[in-house]
Amino acid sequence: MLFWLDLVLVLLVLTNLRLLGSSRLASCIRTVAAQAVLLGVLPLVAHPHDVSLRVVALCLAGAAMKAGVLPWLLRRAVVSANVRSEVEPLVGFTTSLLLGIVLLGVAIHVAGQLPLPDDAGSPLLMPVALFTTVVGLFVIVSRVKAVMQALGYLAMENGVYAFGLAFAVHEPLLVEMGILLDVFVAVLVMGITIHHISREFEHIDTDRLSSLKD
Amino acid sequence: MAICAALLHVLLALVLAPLLLGIINRTKALVAGRRGQPLLQTYYDLAKLLCKGAVYSRTTTWVFRMGPVVALAGLLLVLPMIPLGGVPAVVAFQGDLLLVAYLLGVARFATVLAALDTGSSFEGMGASREVQFSALAEPALILGLAAMAVQAAQALQAQPLSLTAIYAAIRPETLPQAGPVLLLVAAALAAVFLAENARIPVDDPNTHLELTMIHEVMVLDHGGPDFALIQYTAALKLWVLGTLLVGVLVPVRSGWPLVDLLAGVLGLGILAVFTGLVESTLARLRLVRVPQFLVAASVLSILALFLVLR
Repeated sequence: MLFWLDLVLVLLVLTNLRLLGSSRLASCIRTVAAQAVLLGVLPLVAHPHDVSLRVVALCLAGAAMKAGVLPWLLRRAVVSANVRSEVEPLVGFTTSLLLGIVLLGVAIHVAGQLPLPDDAGSPLLMPVALFTTVVGLFVIVSRVKAVMQALGYLAMENGVYAFGLAFAVHEPLLVEMGILLDVFVAVLVMGITIHHISREFEHIDTDRLSSLKD
Repeated sequence: MAICAALLHVLLALVLAPLLLGIINRTKALVAGRRGQPLLQTYYDLAKLLCKGAVYSRTTTWVFRMGPVVALAGLLLVLPMIPLGGVPAVVAFQGDLLLVAYLLGVARFATVLAALDTGSSFEGMGASREVQFSALAEPALILGLAAMAVQAAQALQAQPLSLTAIYAAIRPETLPQAGPVLLLVAAALAAVFLAENARIPVDDPNTHLELTMIHEVMVLDHGGPDFALIQYTAALKLWVLGTLLVGVLVPVRSGWPLVDLLAGVLGLGILAVFTGLVESTLARLRLVRVPQFLVAASVLSILALFLVLR
């Protein structure tokens, strides 16, 4: 079972790296959706002994929300805002990838210092959770488009979810439902904001909003 | 028994390496709906080139004539140090993986010098690209092999630093534990395999368009026997790097060296078919995107290294 858990965690790291290295908005949205699906599988492979119908249902609901509804909202925002499909990074893709691997090293080092519960599953779970959170943060500060900032926010939330998963299986899922609701509202608001920004200014580049007059 | 299989592997490599190019070209032709050239076309080309005389430009010096010979010598030295999965290498010693990487580097250096020696700005451009991309591919190769070495060290409770020991430690029963690491290394090695052998998506071996060529542009001024040596060297390089990849992807370690050898050679054939399929279905990357592709391969290797070191 540890094999499958490790495989899912490695795939999660790869989705993060793809988020950093990808140049297309559409593929970034797909990547975050794939990340949500992997996170949906994670509780089932992390704690294979106490899989109940309730856990499966909660995982399914979370995955459907984050891999289905939220990407759909973002895609709609992209289409209605009529933006070009490039990501337009402030930090280049190659540099982002290299910084990403440095961040992973830092995450592994920091996670090694943290006291962990014994039944955390894989020793890799905590570093990957930290890494996902930090990558989300990095995407928020290093990409120009407002859509990418919504995606970075989603990646951060995925990281927080994986972080909670390291401790127990039932309670974090309840917390997760609460967070999910917040995220849903937040992405909805962001979608509307993106739409409005693009209607007012004919672009959604957040670094140019500061030069606003009147 | 093992040493016989090892010697047989070197012999097979020398004889069958050009066949891999034939399989790749045949696969591409079949996917495109053509009948394609004969499987043995590379052998016919080599024979034809060897019968020709050589023409040398007056601007070239001995460096130009030395290039193909040194490159071939480098590959011939590498060949006995490469294990094919469970088949040990003829020569194995601690640290031979570094020697293999740098002998490949010497071969490349000789080709680049010969290209620069012609004085053609066109070949200089190709040499510059070759050096740039191989500088990025080398970390992916070395770090990937390092990750496998650490993995083997943990499995064997020893410090294996020879390719033979590293590849012998990959066993079917260790796969559940080592699987993710090996898959990451295999992906990185596959990228190195495609880049170093000038295949799509890094370089197109068929194109003769100056903006896109890397390897082909460096060898434009070579003719006759020299070009035959270069073609044969390229085939051997395909075999050597393919062997490193197949050793990871085909974990057949039956204990019978001949069975392992057969599985490995079959694996190389399948790898050639896959290369043909990749070339038929992918487009070449834009030149500015190639470094990103190779850095991504290095990142996969580093990730594998992190996984085994944590």
